[in-house]
Amino acid sequence: MKSSTPNKNIKAALTVASAALLGTSNTTQAQTAEEDSWQFDSAFLFYSEADRVSAGEAIINAQKMFDDEEILNLKLTVDTLTGSSANGAVAQPNVQTFTRPSGNGQYITNEADTPLDDTFKDTRVQLNTQWTKPLASNYTLSVGGHLSKEYDYLSLGVNSNLAIDFDRKNSTFSTGFSYFYDTFAPEGGIPKPLVSMLIGDSDTPSWDVNFAQTRLTNDEIKTTTDILFGFTQVIHRRMIMQLNYSYSMVEGYLSDPFKIVSVVNSSGLTQDNIYESRPDSRVKQSLYAQSMYHFESNVLDISYRYMWDDWDIISHTIDSRLRIPLGDIWGKDSFLQPHFRFYQQSAAEFYRPFIQEDNVNGIEYLSADYRIGEMMAYTVGLKFGAVINGKNELSFRLEYYRQTPTDGGYESIGVLSDLELYPTIEAIIGQVTYSF
Amino acid sequence: MNLTKKSNIVFFIFCLLSVSGCVHLGVEPWQRDLLAKKEMALNASPIDAALDDHIYFSKEASSGGKSFGGGGCGCN
Repeated sequence: MKSSTPNKNIKAALTVASAALLGTSNTTQAQTAEEDSWQFDSAFLFYSEADRVSAGEAIINAQKMFDDEEILNLKLTVDTLTGSSANGAVAQPNVQTFTRPSGNGQYITNEADTPLDDTFKDTRVQLNTQWTKPLASNYTLSVGGHLSKEYDYLSLGVNSNLAIDFDRKNSTFSTGFSYFYDTFAPEGGIPKPLVSMLIGDSDTPSWDVNFAQTRLTNDEIKTTTDILFGFTQVIHRRMIMQLNYSYSMVEGYLSDPFKIVSVVNSSGLTQDNIYESRPDSRVKQSLYAQSMYHFESNVLDISYRYMWDDWDIISHTIDSRLRIPLGDIWGKDSFLQPHFRFYQQSAAEFYRPFIQEDNVNGIEYLSADYRIGEMMAYTVGLKFGAVINGKNELSFRLEYYRQTPTDGGYESIGVLSDLELYPTIEAIIGQVTYSF
Repeated sequence: MNLTKKSNIVFFIFCLLSVSGCVHLGVEPWQRDLLAKKEMALNASPIDAALDDHIYFSKEASSGGKSFGGGGCGCN
């Protein structure tokens, strides 16, 4: 009893906060009647790449089920990001100097090192709301809103989903729609595509004027329209399957204003660094299949996603989790859950790890961002969870993520042959989740 | 590439038809003891899924599939 008091206090406080958000002013009523019907899930995640980006992300999710089976979900996410990210340029046998995206100052990359921009620092706040309501006996409607804001980025979104059950609720057909409107206003503005990065002393009087000439505008817009069709089928007492088709249309500014491409001579030596240029539209489609299987006591969750787009990127993702109950040895209903994920993608048609100076003229789209290049990645992880204080769930997750970019058929030339152009990226993911 | 794409689509349509076309699938309401467990939900850990989606959206060229891909920057 004693140990659960702080939990009850937190839950009561969050219940009052949630009621206030809903406009329910009677807090006493909220504390008594709603305390047991609100379900809270909280999590903290730590993501850290070796020598690169580190991120911390906290989530608190509040869910309430009403008498008429309507469900309200409120989710608050806060994350912070700091560290270095590859700017797209290739390593060189000499020291390289680059201008910060803001135009204020330079950063240096040592010989043979992958150029990393170390100015990444951002905090993001995100709010999601979702309202799910049964319309008729076999029809469920869900509508939601999304808002996320960071220093230089605003994302607003709406979504809706209609699910229709049939055959004793063994089959469900669902159709969903979502629309996102994003505004991007990076410090230093949006660079002109394929224009040379200005490098020099940012304290000279002419710097600001010259830097402004490399800028296109202060902000840009991106919209994302997603349509999703899903079919869920109970196979038998131990197995359920889901198949989804999704169509996603992204339009607007799709380049990354922080990424550049090295222009090299026939010896592989960098002559210039130009800002990347991506098309202003992308159509992605995917097929997704998932199956849950309940063995005697273990539960297997396995999924496969096949994605293709009009940038010529094709990807395969296999994700699997096996939940192994441990009984009450390590806490009530404790379990272990190994996780394995495999990912492989082909390169976008305009991806080049670098470009030779003779080939720059006439080119329209170009990016050296390894994230749209040929790549393989895998994740291995382990989760442990248990019920504490009677009904609250506590879990820990630790994962290792490894990305292996490859050359995608683009041969290195000259001095580049002796340099590491496709470094492996390793990250550790740690997460604590508590539900009450 | 196109052949691979088409054969994948054909495979999925085949899966869909084979699942929906069979009349012996499904259970009676009183046979849902295992399916009703929280860990048998298709999205059993929505918090984990949301966090994973954010990581992989920022680090890879693919997103969505299980649910909406959504917006966002991913510029890091």
